[in-house]
Amino acid sequence: MQPSGSSSFEIVAREDFSDVTFLLEVRHPMLAKAAKAGQFVIVMEHEQGERIPLTIADFDRDAGTITLVIQAVGKTTREMQQNCRVGTHLFAVVGPMGIPSHIGGKKKVVCVGGGLGVAPIFPQARAWKESGAYVIGVVGFRNRGLVFWDEKFRAVCDELIVCTDDGSAGIKGLVTEGIKQAIAKHADIEELVAIGPPVMMKGCAEATRPHGIRTMVSLNPVMVDGTGMCGGCRVKIGETVKFACVDGPDFDGHLVDFDDLMSRLGRYKTAEKEALERFTESCRIRGDAAAEPALAIDRPSTDG
Amino acid sequence: MAKKKTIRTIPQERTPVQEQDPKERARNFAEVSLGYRLEEALVEAERCLQCADEPCVRGCPVGIDIPGFIQKIADKHYHGAYDIITDTNLLPSICGRVCPQESQCEGVCTVGDTLEPVAIGRLERFVGDMAIKEGWANIPYIEPSGHRVGIVGAGPAGMACAADMAKAGCEVVVYEAFHQPGGVLKYGIPDFRLPNEVIDAEIEKLRKLGIRFECNTLVGRLFTIEQMVTEMGYHAVFIGTGAGYPSFMGIPGESLNGVLSANELLTRANLMRARDFPSFDTPLQPGRRVTVIGAGNTAMDAMRVSMRLGADKVMCVYRRSKAEAPARVEEVHHAEEEGIEFNWLTSPVELLGDADNKVRAMRCIRMELGEPDSSGRRKPVPVPGSEFEIETDMVVFAIGTNANPILGQTSKLKLNKWGYIETDDDLATSIAGVYAGGDIVTGAATVIQAMGAGRKAARAMKAYLGLRDSDCVYAPDTDDPGGRRFGIPAAEHNFARVRLA
Ligand SMILES: Cc1cc2nc3c(=O)[nH]c(=O)nc-3n(C[C@H](O)[C@H](O)[C@H](O)COP(=O)(O)OP(=O)(O)OC[C@H]3O[C@@H](n4cnc5c(N)ncnc54)[C@H](O)[C@@H]3O)c2cc1C
Ligand SMILES: Cc1cc2nc3c(=O)[nH]c(=O)nc-3n(C[C@H](O)[C@H](O)[C@H](O)COP(=O)(O)OP(=O)(O)OC[C@H]3O[C@@H](n4cnc5c(N)ncnc54)[C@H](O)[C@@H]3O)c2cc1C
Ligand code: SF4
Ligand code: FES
Repeated sequence: MQPSGSSSFEIVAREDFSDVTFLLEVRHPMLAKAAKAGQFVIVMEHEQGERIPLTIADFDRDAGTITLVIQAVGKTTREMQQNCRVGTHLFAVVGPMGIPSHIGGKKKVVCVGGGLGVAPIFPQARAWKESGAYVIGVVGFRNRGLVFWDEKFRAVCDELIVCTDDGSAGIKGLVTEGIKQAIAKHADIEELVAIGPPVMMKGCAEATRPHGIRTMVSLNPVMVDGTGMCGGCRVKIGETVKFACVDGPDFDGHLVDFDDLMSRLGRYKTAEKEALERFTESCRIRGDAAAEPALAIDRPSTDG
Repeated sequence: MAKKKTIRTIPQERTPVQEQDPKERARNFAEVSLGYRLEEALVEAERCLQCADEPCVRGCPVGIDIPGFIQKIADKHYHGAYDIITDTNLLPSICGRVCPQESQCEGVCTVGDTLEPVAIGRLERFVGDMAIKEGWANIPYIEPSGHRVGIVGAGPAGMACAADMAKAGCEVVVYEAFHQPGGVLKYGIPDFRLPNEVIDAEIEKLRKLGIRFECNTLVGRLFTIEQMVTEMGYHAVFIGTGAGYPSFMGIPGESLNGVLSANELLTRANLMRARDFPSFDTPLQPGRRVTVIGAGNTAMDAMRVSMRLGADKVMCVYRRSKAEAPARVEEVHHAEEEGIEFNWLTSPVELLGDADNKVRAMRCIRMELGEPDSSGRRKPVPVPGSEFEIETDMVVFAIGTNANPILGQTSKLKLNKWGYIETDDDLATSIAGVYAGGDIVTGAATVIQAMGAGRKAARAMKAYLGLRDSDCVYAPDTDDPGGRRFGIPAAEHNFARVRLA
């Protein structure tokens, strides 16, 4: 049944950063007004779609739009990559969800983004900058061709360290390499914020642990409602269990049980694989370009 | 009218209702109970003694005039029966299906002292379904009052409050976080118990009253309760956001894959239609040997849904005995018929996983009933040395819920120590003009209690706004001039219309 009311979420801009990463700007003036760094939305592309969480990568209160940066990793995200054109509409967008990141009161911070975390770390870096902190940005990509938003980051970071797996841009190595450099250069880092695949965030937390630097990570467990009602997004933080959608998504990286998170992320793998295969097959029959096998990644890149 | 009925003259047997065959229905999502046909309803209506003291009315949380509507059925005046019910209960086709009648009206029915009680719930459903089929809606003439009312949450509490406020002439907007209205009725209670068409039909009636539903709206985060009563210009607000936040037990192994809450299972299967995967995108890894912990309505629904998703075996694990199971008696009965295995007096102690972090077994301990506890039920105590394992590949927790934290996080609403919203007797919260009711105030309860709370709050909100109490729009006109003042029935109390700021 078509819900009445605000069910028209128009896509007003799209940009493709690479074969797997694309940006959508969605009109939702109220959401743009309410959004804060660290929050996310839940999106349904069409009526029979899945509810998938996506971080609010940027918002423009004047234009009344929010920006989502999406990695096409499975059925839903690849279908969005194929169907979401300027002028089309999303069936549902709800948010902003989650507790906004706690920003302020620190003089020097490091903001780290890798893989699908590069875009979401941007509003954090900007908010820290606006709070008066000295901001060191560390962003990781597989290679030079996948780099995006470096100018945007430079505008809000006092220093920016770009890391690539093959060294084709910036320094060679994972984001943890960049973190080591930053820590070596600055002894007075007060906080590190990391967003990306769980292994990357785990690596970041391990990199800062010996230095006792407060480390916040943004967790991305499988979600359904995003309102605290289903408990599907539960994560282990130290001895306690929290629901990432309402108690997070930001948590103290030194307390997070990342192995638990990673194992639970795979719990619908069989069905997801089946859905993706059917989707690719149906595209192939229709002769669509999306029939190309998912690029090198079949998972959000696990590197930084 | 016929001469006075007695317990001897009425049909002795409670009229049975047609049901889908257990074997067949355990594999489909079509409705289990087919409901009374006209002839059956007429026979059952004959069983009501029309007691003068009306114990059933007092047994009903909203006080439906039960003998009144049953008499209308017997008189074949079905629209009249519908008018009487909707005078107090907005959603007869829903409540007739899901109310725990055995512990409410039917539990105190006089006939039940000697025979099986009158099947009040089935008769109520009969009337509600006929209204849907015939398109009766009872849209009164509504004079706009100029007031704007915002409702948070489109569950039964919010819907009931919205209806009353709309009838009082207010412009009503209902905000719902999900992409569809209905609350637990939609995402929790499965189709085979309460078909979606029934809920949609009732929601359609609310739309006819002029109520607007705004889905995809997370109140608290998109805008706050405080903003609603200030910059958004709502003169009064009602909060009916439900309980949410499912509990787990804190036993080892709960984060293994294959372990989930009943809410997650039911939301995926019902609202997100994972049962129709891959036509719908939401996945659900169906279990082959499913174990559900708990014995409330939620647990019964989780078990019966698992059965319909194709499980080989579905088991219930509950630490008390069948007599204490909180589910509706009919649901336990249906679950048994469908082949669900009940392990009463059994409590899980640990979930065991395999090398892939997937659950493979549940370690349980047998219980026995000891002294009564604070709830008056005998407290289950473990039997030492009685531990055993159940082989299972899916474990579902249905042991209750805690308060949803979102509104507490985002407003200054006063909460009680468990995180539920604190209200006074009129369901007013600590913020002026903001009322709350349903599961978010009482903790998980029932559909009819949530609806009752929505209506109670509406009464208080009307008083707050200085509106005439239009509770009696459907009441028959009193001919007694003494019952009226200035031409207005006395039942309509505060009729001074004061326009607040
Ligand atoms: C708070 C949060 C913020 C996120 N922000 C972004 C973002 O800004 N950009 C981005 O590209 N991705 C983001 N993700 C991840 C994104 O939601 C998943 O990639 C997406 O759901 C995959 O769906 P799919 O059908 O395309 O792939 P599938 O094949 O269904 O799944 C691929 C993998 O994605 C994960 N996943 C699947 N379904 C969900 C779900 N309902 N909720 C969460 N994870 C799921 C699982 O690990 C799964 O193995 C975020 C996740 C969370 C929880
Ligand atoms: C599986 C299951 C089976 C049940 N079976 C029965 C039964 O047979 N009989 C019976 O009488 N009772 C039953 N119950 C209990 C009954 O459904 C509830 O007591 C009743 O639905 C509570 O109504 P409510 O309006 O308070 O909340 P809900 O029905 O929970 O509705 C709350 C609504 O508010 C929305 N919401 C929450 N937060 C926000 C927000 N911040 N902004 C906007 N919207 C929000 C939610 O999405 C939801 O739609 C059952 C419950 C469950 C879970
Ligand atoms: S108690 Fe039973 S018999 Fe008496 S009026 Fe109510 S339904 Fe009829
Ligand atoms: S997504 Fe359902 S509780 Fe968090």
